[in-house]
Amino acid sequence: ITDVLTAIALYLAIQDFNKVLFKKQKLLIELDKYAPDVAELIRTPMEMHYIPLKVALVYLLNPYTVMSCVAKSTCAINNTVLAFFILATIKGSALLSAVFLALATYQSLYPLTLFAPALLYLLQRQFIPIKLKSKSFWLYSMQYTALYLCSLVVIICLSFFLLNSWDFIPSVYGFILSVPDLTPNIGLFWYFFAEMFEHFSLFFVCVFQINVFFYTIPLAIKLKEHPMFFMFVQLAIISIFKSYPTVGDIALYMAFLPVWSHLYRFLRNIFILSCVLIACSFLFPVLWHLWIYAGSANSNFYYAITLTFNIGQILLISDYFYAFLRREYYLTHGLHLTRQDGTEAMLVLK
Amino acid sequence: GGMLAAAALLVLLAAGPGRADTGRDALREELLLSPLPAGDVAATFQFRTRWDADLQRGAVSHYRLFPKALGRLVAALGVRELHLALTQGFWRTRTWGQPPLQAPAGAELWVWFQPTVTDVDKAWKELSNILSGIFCASLNFIDSTNTVTPTASFKPLGLANGTDHHLLRYAVLPREVVCTENLTPWKKLLPCGSKAGLAVLLKAERLFHSSYHSQAVHIRPVCRDASCLAVSWELRQTLTVVFDTFSSGQGKKDWSLFKMFSRTLTDACPLASESKVYVDISPKNKEKELLEVTPAPTSVLEAVVQGDKRTYAVYDLLSPSLFNTSRSLNVQLKWKRPQDSSELPTPILHAHRYVSGYGLQTGEISTLVYNTHPYRAFPVVLLETVPWYLRLYVHTLTIITKGKENKPSYIHYQPAQDRRRPHLLEMLIQLPANSVTKITIQFERALLKWTEYPPDPNHGFYVSSSVLSALVPSIIAMKDVDVEQSPLFTSLFPSSDGSSYFVRLYTEPLLVNLPTPDFSMPYNVICLTCTVVAVCYGSFYNLLTRTFHVEEPSRGGLAKRLANVIRKFRGVPPL
Repeated sequence: ITDVLTAIALYLAIQDFNKVLFKKQKLLIELDKYAPDVAELIRTPMEMHYIPLKVALVYLLNPYTVMSCVAKSTCAINNTVLAFFILATIKGSALLSAVFLALATYQSLYPLTLFAPALLYLLQRQFIPIKLKSKSFWLYSMQYTALYLCSLVVIICLSFFLLNSWDFIPSVYGFILSVPDLTPNIGLFWYFFAEMFEHFSLFFVCVFQINVFFYTIPLAIKLKEHPMFFMFVQLAIISIFKSYPTVGDIALYMAFLPVWSHLYRFLRNIFILSCVLIACSFLFPVLWHLWIYAGSANSNFYYAITLTFNIGQILLISDYFYAFLRREYYLTHGLHLTRQDGTEAMLVLK
Repeated sequence: GGMLAAAALLVLLAAGPGRADTGRDALREELLLSPLPAGDVAATFQFRTRWDADLQRGAVSHYRLFPKALGRLVAALGVRELHLALTQGFWRTRTWGQPPLQAPAGAELWVWFQPTVTDVDKAWKELSNILSGIFCASLNFIDSTNTVTPTASFKPLGLANGTDHHLLRYAVLPREVVCTENLTPWKKLLPCGSKAGLAVLLKAERLFHSSYHSQAVHIRPVCRDASCLAVSWELRQTLTVVFDTFSSGQGKKDWSLFKMFSRTLTDACPLASESKVYVDISPKNKEKELLEVTPAPTSVLEAVVQGDKRTYAVYDLLSPSLFNTSRSLNVQLKWKRPQDSSELPTPILHAHRYVSGYGLQTGEISTLVYNTHPYRAFPVVLLETVPWYLRLYVHTLTIITKGKENKPSYIHYQPAQDRRRPHLLEMLIQLPANSVTKITIQFERALLKWTEYPPDPNHGFYVSSSVLSALVPSIIAMKDVDVEQSPLFTSLFPSSDGSSYFVRLYTEPLLVNLPTPDFSMPYNVICLTCTVVAVCYGSFYNLLTRTFHVEEPSRGGLAKRLANVIRKFRGVPPL
């Protein structure tokens, strides 16, 4: 049921988002911000018509979603709350968005990083420019922050009254942050801490947790004009680097990939990466069985697949990021680039 | 009659040369030889020192028979009862019958503290460390991860004012090995050491060449006399050893003290007030005797022990007639007619525990409890302690008797906390007559940090024995036992009424494998994982801090210029 709710939420969200995007594009064209020969890069309503449906279908039919549904994991509930949060943000309702974000943060700490893209999107929607000196910017930010913190505090106090003690805070959040349980999962943490020297374990726990939260501010600075893409990248980073990742988290950010299907021509390694991801998904259960049941493989085999799967995911995200930035460059500078002497130019990152 | 005689004896002794100090102490030693149905022989030594002093209150400084190490321990740490057992091997209840006193494999320590002790955990930790030093056993490995506080199973065996179970601690180290190093300090605590009396038989090279070896120390407060106005302290040191027909007896079933212990008895301990050897010559099937004992015993005793009428041949080492004919006593047992091995009497209560399942992820612990009494049902308390790394799923706990579900009348479950305390499951189960009860619970195995594995990780992890305590109904009514007059082996457990006797059984320890990480890989794992994180960091850093530029044609670096020079020489157009 929650999966269906998530799919519906995503569908409505992307529909709205497309409308907004289209409006913005129109505005920029009229403002003549785009170079003359980028006609083929402009997105047309025709091609954008089916994207919401594709998003919903990708989420529902994703084998990862099906697997986490069969396993009766609570990840589906997490995904629903996040999808509703995204819907509320795109619709522009600050209160609902804050409430859903507080719910998501209450369940696992990491959606805290989604606060920044939500704030940026809402500011953009209210047409408040992001300047540090602007009063309306600070006013709105404070409003949103206050809403979010209040709802979070309300939820935590509700739990306190249900339980009559504060014990749940170290049990829930302390557990997420300090990673005491080392059951193998598809992430990077478990084997790392199983083989860690005791002396350094606290240091590395802190490093790994900071790693999740660390990318928020640089991404916010770079992607302040495009908060939805920022949200997507942030979701992906959370699901790769969180302390106990599951395939349900991956299903959620993969549902957004059709929204950026127009970036396909700029993706450099998509074929290899998709092969890597599919192969690793098939190898995971095989090597798990070999290690635990057959006894003929080692934990290293399963660990290696974990490594390659995560590298695949990371490279996928950075590939999409690269393609997005490249398209933006082309939009403002024209598709066919020439050098000063008229020859075809190469585009590099410097 | 017995009570009056005991009181008179006490008065007489008290009127004798009195000590300026606190009370008197008395030592009784006894050896019980019981042939087991399968042809093996069990020898149980008991050394009981009773001291009429109040260890808790008075500052006692003059120790005579009671060992000073233990006395000071009891006084300093506020110990009310202490039971420590070091065992090697497993008592096979099904073939050997009910043991007089069983202990689980490894080291077992359970202690009741006085109500005056404020920090019981601290006292427990100090106690286990001090005992580890006294007995040369690694009892210092007892910590919160293997200590539990049972609520129903281990009631005090001595005097008790009230049983607040927060004062009780119980721990088992199933991996502990017992050897000569543990026997030597144990022998040193005896008043005569191993130089006189029954303790001369305790030679390590014969004792450890056996199927079952258990040495224990029990300290408890007892009533000083029938009116129970004052408290005496009792120290019992027991050692049970089972000699195997084939390994020790060279295949023949005739036993003698010399064959078992490679020594014979020459005299009694001069400090002992009583020193006796009991040989169980009970006839099976109410026929003529099965055994012949030489030399002739000084007396024959009939007693009801563990619900059965038994006959014992008694050799009193203090009686002058014993050593008249020869300087040493070598009790010999001969079987009169060949042992019929098909008629092994099964004990009324016995249990069997095993682990099932395949793979390294899940498993199931099953316990089978047998009640072979033809018409009486009785309840049994089952205590299971499972280490935290086997995560029990209590919702899968099923108890099935004769095909139907059996709901326990009392369940106490304390879930484990990772790396802090183990699972504790205590149940009171009613066993119907002539039935088998199967108790199953499923568990999942956890992956530990590589430093938490023992040196041989693929050997597996031990799960300590579960404890079954029951009041088993006896076939023959038992009279109340007077501790001073009757043999020591009858007064181990206090009996509440004559119709049942107390039995504490232990099941087998289990050996469970856990999934292991690769121990040779710590550096590799750190490097590889950090590489993956660095890949992410690197790509994001590139994308975040750099912008797109149109590439300017460069004049070429040094390599290009050098290549152009070589090309000019070759006559090829430049790059």
